[in-house]
Amino acid sequence: MIKKEVLVLKDLLGSNKAVAKEIREQLSARGILVLNLISSPGAGKTSLLEALADLLRPEFSMAVIEGDIETERDAERIRAKGIPAWQITTGGACHLEAKMIGKLSPEIPEGLDFLFIENVGNLVCPASFDLGETIRCVLLSTPEGDDKPKKYPQVFNSSHCLLLTKTDLVPPLPFDIELARSEALEINPGLQTFALSSVSGAGMREFADYLIASLHKLRQDHA
Amino acid sequence: MHELSLIANLFEILEEKAAEKEAKRILSVKLQVGLLSGAVPELLKTSFDIYKKDTIAAEAELEIIEVPFKVECNVCQTQMIKDDLVAVCDACGSIDLKTLQGTDLFLLKMDVEI
Ligand SMILES: Nc1nc2c(ncn2[C@@H]2O[C@H](COP(=O)(O)OP(=O)(O)OP(=O)(O)O)[C@@H](O)[C@H]2O)c(=O)[nH]1
Ligand SMILES: [Mg+2]
Ligand SMILES: [Zn+2]
Repeated sequence: MIKKEVLVLKDLLGSNKAVAKEIREQLSARGILVLNLISSPGAGKTSLLEALADLLRPEFSMAVIEGDIETERDAERIRAKGIPAWQITTGGACHLEAKMIGKLSPEIPEGLDFLFIENVGNLVCPASFDLGETIRCVLLSTPEGDDKPKKYPQVFNSSHCLLLTKTDLVPPLPFDIELARSEALEINPGLQTFALSSVSGAGMREFADYLIASLHKLRQDHA
Repeated sequence: MHELSLIANLFEILEEKAAEKEAKRILSVKLQVGLLSGAVPELLKTSFDIYKKDTIAAEAELEIIEVPFKVECNVCQTQMIKDDLVAVCDACGSIDLKTLQGTDLFLLKMDVEI
């Protein structure tokens, strides 16, 4: 038997990173701001998108890619608001990958302003997979507890913005918004943070304005 | 549990390299896993053993080298190993740090029979 050592040195996520980079370049050049929303199940991703629709439209257009393990339910909720939505059902996989987004990119209409990708509900696995987004948002809802940034650091570290959601439930919930914010900033000093509620509308205008400012910046950078 | 997807990516690379080298089979595989890569070494091993059946690496051993999370301060240039992702320089208290290693997953090498 002839044994041979083969040196490789290849990133296991290299192929995902390459596809993500291509998506980001193409969609940015088309002036579309892509956001990847990551949270544990039920933190309020779909509700946030429903509430944002009322703030962004009609001035701006938006579309949504929904990632779920099963069902078309979230895409149906979004379509019910008159917003184009594609559903990706992963059939068990706990995260979306760039190639799943890449398959849809030819269908993304010209002239779109915002493309939101709602990742599979999971605070761990999606953090490792770049989808070609320009802005990664992690959502942490008040019922989950203010200790989560330190317990799930990867996703807070890799995000650009943190949304503390369901603030209408504090009190009675013992969630310390400033503690959650400061612990997240210890992990990632560059995080933009927002505290908001899709139900009461508190903090939503500020977040919508951040999105609009980010869209203008993207278009300036790619003019 | 995204380790299975990572192992699927690993096998794409392994099969491509094995074909390139005209290998008969893969005997061992060595990975470098950052302690803050988000992947759990034990789960990578389990996923590897599930995935390898009926492949060119059916009898291969997976070896994992764990690398600590290492950063360098952009202010005072101190390099340090961190146990967690908290981004404060131990020497000067700056929060302006750059990651040197410990967040990536690399296939380092494989041994093949040719
Ligand atoms: N009180 C309160 N409830 C909210 C808020 N946002 C969402 N909810 C509720 O939280 C539950 C989950 O909301 P979704 O928007 O479906 O959460 P999600 O993150 O999209 O869930 P998955 O896609 O299953 O991971 C629903 O019952 C919502 O009505 C909020 O701001 N305040
Ligand atoms: Mg949802
Ligand atoms: Zn320093």
